Amino acid sequence: MMKSISILAAAGIALLSSTAAFAGDVRIMWYSDGVEGQVFKDLIARFQKDNPDIKVTVDEVAYSTIKEQLPVQLAAGNGPDIARVTNLKSLSQYWLDLTPYLKDVDFWKKNYGDQMDWMRPDGSNIIPGFMTQITLTGGFVNKTLFDQAGVALPGEKATWDEWVAASEKVAKSQQVPYAFAIDRSGHRITGPAISYGANYIGKDGMPAPLDDAAKKYLTQLIKWNADGVSDKDVWVSASGTTYKPAADDFINAQVVMYYAGSWQIPNFMTKIGTNFDWVAIGSPCGPAACTGMPGGAGLVAMKDTKNPKDVAKVMEFLASTPIAKEFAERTLFLPSNKEVVAGGLDFKTDNKLAKEALNTFVKATTTTAPEALKLPGWKWSDTYYGALVSRVGQAMAGEMTAEEAFKRIDSDIAEKVKAAK
Amino acid sequence: MKANGLLSASQTALMAVVARVMGIIDVPLRYLQRKTGQSGMAAFFLAPNMAIFAVFVLVPFVINFVYSLTGGSAIFLSDRSFVGAQQYSEIFACGNYLDPNSCKQDVFWIAAGNTAAFVVLQVSLMIVAALITALILNREIIGRSFWRAVFFFPVLLSPVVTGLIWRWIFQRQGVLNAVMQGLGLEPHDWLTERNSAFFASIGVSIWAHVGFYTLILLAGLQAIPKDLYEAAQMDGTSRQRVFWRITLPLLMPNLIVVLVLALIKAVQIFDEAFVLTHGGPGTSTMYLVQYIYETGFASELRNPGLAAAASILMGAVLVVLTLAQMAASRKNEKKGAR
Repeated sequence: MMKSISILAAAGIALLSSTAAFAGDVRIMWYSDGVEGQVFKDLIARFQKDNPDIKVTVDEVAYSTIKEQLPVQLAAGNGPDIARVTNLKSLSQYWLDLTPYLKDVDFWKKNYGDQMDWMRPDGSNIIPGFMTQITLTGGFVNKTLFDQAGVALPGEKATWDEWVAASEKVAKSQQVPYAFAIDRSGHRITGPAISYGANYIGKDGMPAPLDDAAKKYLTQLIKWNADGVSDKDVWVSASGTTYKPAADDFINAQVVMYYAGSWQIPNFMTKIGTNFDWVAIGSPCGPAACTGMPGGAGLVAMKDTKNPKDVAKVMEFLASTPIAKEFAERTLFLPSNKEVVAGGLDFKTDNKLAKEALNTFVKATTTTAPEALKLPGWKWSDTYYGALVSRVGQAMAGEMTAEEAFKRIDSDIAEKVKAAK
Repeated sequence: MKANGLLSASQTALMAVVARVMGIIDVPLRYLQRKTGQSGMAAFFLAPNMAIFAVFVLVPFVINFVYSLTGGSAIFLSDRSFVGAQQYSEIFACGNYLDPNSCKQDVFWIAAGNTAAFVVLQVSLMIVAALITALILNREIIGRSFWRAVFFFPVLLSPVVTGLIWRWIFQRQGVLNAVMQGLGLEPHDWLTERNSAFFASIGVSIWAHVGFYTLILLAGLQAIPKDLYEAAQMDGTSRQRVFWRITLPLLMPNLIVVLVLALIKAVQIFDEAFVLTHGGPGTSTMYLVQYIYETGFASELRNPGLAAAASILMGAVLVVLTLAQMAASRKNEKKGAR
């Protein structure tokens, strides 16, 4: 009898321990836009060689997994030890404060301090991680199509209307299905909205109702879609808050102009190759600004980790200046580490188009509007973005008018704010 | 070795072991039967199954119901506040139930309307398709086994694979538009036009499941006594009359099973439709399960309590359908007994 109980107990323990982390285990959830997954794995392999007592596992997942499944895993206490995340602020209650485990806290504050508020709960002073790259939203155009159509690229201060009109001419001339595409994402449409003069943050720091400038831009976006100017497949063929990029349509020369961001540069360099020439154009202007939206992905440690010391060791390695420099140079991402920026970068590419695009985005950072700079560290950004995407998507599909969509956006956000109180 | 129907030595030994084990088990079972009677024994033998049912169905149902009475975005019940029937009143807060835009949770009612339309169209078309397929496959046609396998094959596919295959066919630069252009026809936006996307989701769902229902009907057709057809033939009865007076009435039990199973499956539509259309264009192919998934898990405006309330309401619909099936089956059995 005792033997049977012992066997059952051992089986129970084995079952329970199969889901628990062992000492020295660090699990990282990672998504890739381009080649950075391979670079990251190389760096982790190097870390493993020097630290054989720590077993690092990298789970490469789709971006949608980070957006949709990671929050649920974290809420249930089953998340990874480290994750690469973009919705850094709204999930900040799950991040670990690395401060007690770091050897050189000042290094982190000095080099990564500028973006630390993007990933902290409001009023907190914790160090949860660092930005693996800084991004800025902006446009790209298929220059080969422009050249073939004999249409000149609108200049630096050209407006949204001018860029879209020029792209429309090219699309008609070259029989390309759509003139323009923008990712199905609230973050992506916010840069142009701010260029039109939109402001999401109320005086009390809470979400403000959609203002006239935002409505003007969104009305224009809905109209471009209805007129067949913008790529219907991206916004219309999905529902709710589903994220959908239009990168493949641009890569396949199905759209002339594509509004995404700096993170697409390595992707285009690899996938477009020599098929056609493409250029980054920064953010077209609206009546108020010519701004993109800053952002990026951060690598953050999780509060529920069983091995905070090992996690901190991995994070210190990845955040160190030489590793951050190598990561940026090999992935063509804009770094956030100040020492890396100050020391200059030698991007590992001889691709002229990619280098020019990187320079364009670096230049575009100088025109980023203050309203845009506030949003990455604002608690309600994701709530706002979610409401924008789902309701604008419905309006584009003809399920409601633009005015009805605006009312719904305001009520969705108000409801969420109320639920959070 | 077995010779002349006698058991070999090893088999005899095995039987002796089995008999001994059964003898040991027999003692407590006899005692139990003495104490509890025959009905107690029935409960005893049903207990393992009921325990599994309780763990995997009843307990989750109760937990889900409790969730539907709570608010907030936290996952753990201990972190959630009790709000009573607020989630249900949110769902039912409508100016006019036929106009989702007048409802507070408009997307729920859009999803409910889409699901209702999907169920009516998909189930009726599916039954017709399955019946026709079964009638054809029941005849002496060339390569009958091959055709049976062909119709059943999609049932074996993962719904995600099914959704992806058909997405590649229907997308703007997909196979279907390529064929249409090859024939000199204008390409069509199958997945970005509301009606096309809705009917595409119905068509794909029928394609994926018709084989299963065909199989059930085929079994029913083969169980109909041949002599009935022979008698009808001798009487010179027309083929149409044979179908309406012999085949269809005798196939009714199978048709009822198919109807109810197809209804339940259709109400639960999610995976292949989600992969195919992502619920779009707009919300025109957003069905109830996707609404529950999005509300509870995927949305940036996550609300597990509302999702739980919606799933309880959907569960209620499924219970009604199951009761209808049971009632229909009983009625049919009584009819058969008469």
